[in-house]
Amino acid sequence: MRVKIQGKASIHKDVYRKKLIKRRKPNRSIWGDIFLYIFLVFVAVVMVFPIVYAVNSALKPLDELFMFPPRIFAKNPTMDNFSDLFVTMGKSWVSFSRYLFNTVFITGVGTAGHLFIASMAAFVLAKYDFPGGQGFFKLVTVAMMFTGYVTQIPNYLLLNKLGWIDSYWAIIIPAFASPMGLFLMKQFMEGLPTSLIEAAKIDGANEFKVFFSIVMPNVKPAWMTLIIFSVQGLWNNRASTFIYSEEKKTLVYAMQQIQSGGIARTGQGAAVLVVLMVVPIAIFIFSESQILETMASSGLKD
Amino acid sequence: MFSYIKKYFAMKKRDAIIAWKKAKVSKNCYIFLAPYAILFSMFFIFPVVASIYFSFTYYNILESPRWMGLGNYISLILEDDVFLIGIKNTLLIAVITGPLGYIMSFLFAWLINELPRWVRSVAVVVFYAPSIAGNCFVIFSVFFRGDAYGYVNAALINLGLIDTPKFFFTDPTYMLPICMLVILWMSLGTGFLSFVAGLQGVDKAQFEAGYMDGIKNRWQELWYITLPNMKPMLMFGAVMSITQAFGVCDVTMQLCGYPSTDYAARTIVTHLFDYGFSRFEMGYACAIATILFLMMILCNKAIQSILRRVGT
Repeated sequence: MRVKIQGKASIHKDVYRKKLIKRRKPNRSIWGDIFLYIFLVFVAVVMVFPIVYAVNSALKPLDELFMFPPRIFAKNPTMDNFSDLFVTMGKSWVSFSRYLFNTVFITGVGTAGHLFIASMAAFVLAKYDFPGGQGFFKLVTVAMMFTGYVTQIPNYLLLNKLGWIDSYWAIIIPAFASPMGLFLMKQFMEGLPTSLIEAAKIDGANEFKVFFSIVMPNVKPAWMTLIIFSVQGLWNNRASTFIYSEEKKTLVYAMQQIQSGGIARTGQGAAVLVVLMVVPIAIFIFSESQILETMASSGLKD
Repeated sequence: MFSYIKKYFAMKKRDAIIAWKKAKVSKNCYIFLAPYAILFSMFFIFPVVASIYFSFTYYNILESPRWMGLGNYISLILEDDVFLIGIKNTLLIAVITGPLGYIMSFLFAWLINELPRWVRSVAVVVFYAPSIAGNCFVIFSVFFRGDAYGYVNAALINLGLIDTPKFFFTDPTYMLPICMLVILWMSLGTGFLSFVAGLQGVDKAQFEAGYMDGIKNRWQELWYITLPNMKPMLMFGAVMSITQAFGVCDVTMQLCGYPSTDYAARTIVTHLFDYGFSRFEMGYACAIATILFLMMILCNKAIQSILRRVGT
């Protein structure tokens, strides 16, 4: 009995070792690998340290927050700061759920529209040669480099003419046309073999069919990345320039009002930092796993 | 002479007719492009053009703009000493953090790509976290606090390297280096993520062909296989790092104060912010934006020509 089990285990071990050897690329030196791992771990610690610190300050009770010298880890971690934060939010004139709805609505609609419109444009720019296409793309790259601060004024005048001031559309519609998404999608679609599209064309698919059932499934990593960028940007949008009504303001705006409430709200301020961080990070982790997941099955072969 | 001009126009006309015919054939392309093109012209091209127009005027937001030609540019370059400090600082920051951040982004994306699946997912999250965390960099003001209780000061005093605490955010000698450190910490952003996604898309068969053809180590593989395959993402990353490196202002404003001691941490965008939103001289601010814009375009041109040589 025992022998049998041992035998099984050793076979298993053997297979495992073989797998490990197979996965290693043949042209890598072991010392180089070890050195790189150590280096990566060191940098990772440096990168993540300030964030660990921020999370820990949110967990600190008030007396520890003001302690000198400040400690990195909370001695008696509590959730008081978070519960205080939600009590304060609950007392505000506009309910917490309304702020949340505003942000989710703006982020959701903005991202979906941006993804759709930008990928459509990126597809033709990357894969077809038509008069004006390259020129338009150059224009997009160049327009990315103009700072957003001064364009706010003409933007405001335009949105005012359209009557979108003080509505969600003032944030959502311009987000549709954000140049970064188009640029990203176009660069990824260029890597797609043209033969794939030609094959579909010969089989009788028109441009729309090619776009939806050939191109988009094959560039999933690109649009997952685009979703990350877009959500991150819209979620953190304070929307304070174009929206005045309190009931249409975003969560970030409401949270920052609390954060700027002075020294008595230091604990809640630390909690705000963490709450605002959580959603983008969660979405990021979800889509990031999708990016790494899909590549194996993308079937891109010439 | 006259016949040459005539010939030239005839050729132009023929080109235009060919282009028109081509355009007619690729009607569907324009349908695909139209929604984006319309929104983009409305919300990006129009504001940029309007801002460039404002840069030639005196415009204080309340009154309508008054034309003054090159006046804004002349006073910017000849009379505004603070602006020159801003240019110097911005260039310094851009030259150091731009390339370094770009190379770091690629290097880490590439190293992470070799890791086993699970470790890789965790590593991407860890490296990208500073960019998602938004305002989290204000934590650095705790580390570099200007008294003996700041971590860095305390550590240096305990090691005996210094005997009095350094005022990291008020002493002009330390401001810029520390801001650069923080910017580098945050530099694994957009470019990094697109590199990670792009590296996943490189065809595995090419690596196998590479082993057959005798690629000896990881560096050769990087130069001859990975980098040429990554060119589109490298271009994207380059443009993103240019916009970030030249647009620095949040970090310096929040860490070193606004305005900072002796304007030592002033960047072009800080200067723009000062004139546009504290003094309401929008015309002047637009002129600053236009100069910054031209600098970025030049830089982009230079980088694109370097990137074309990759892998050869």
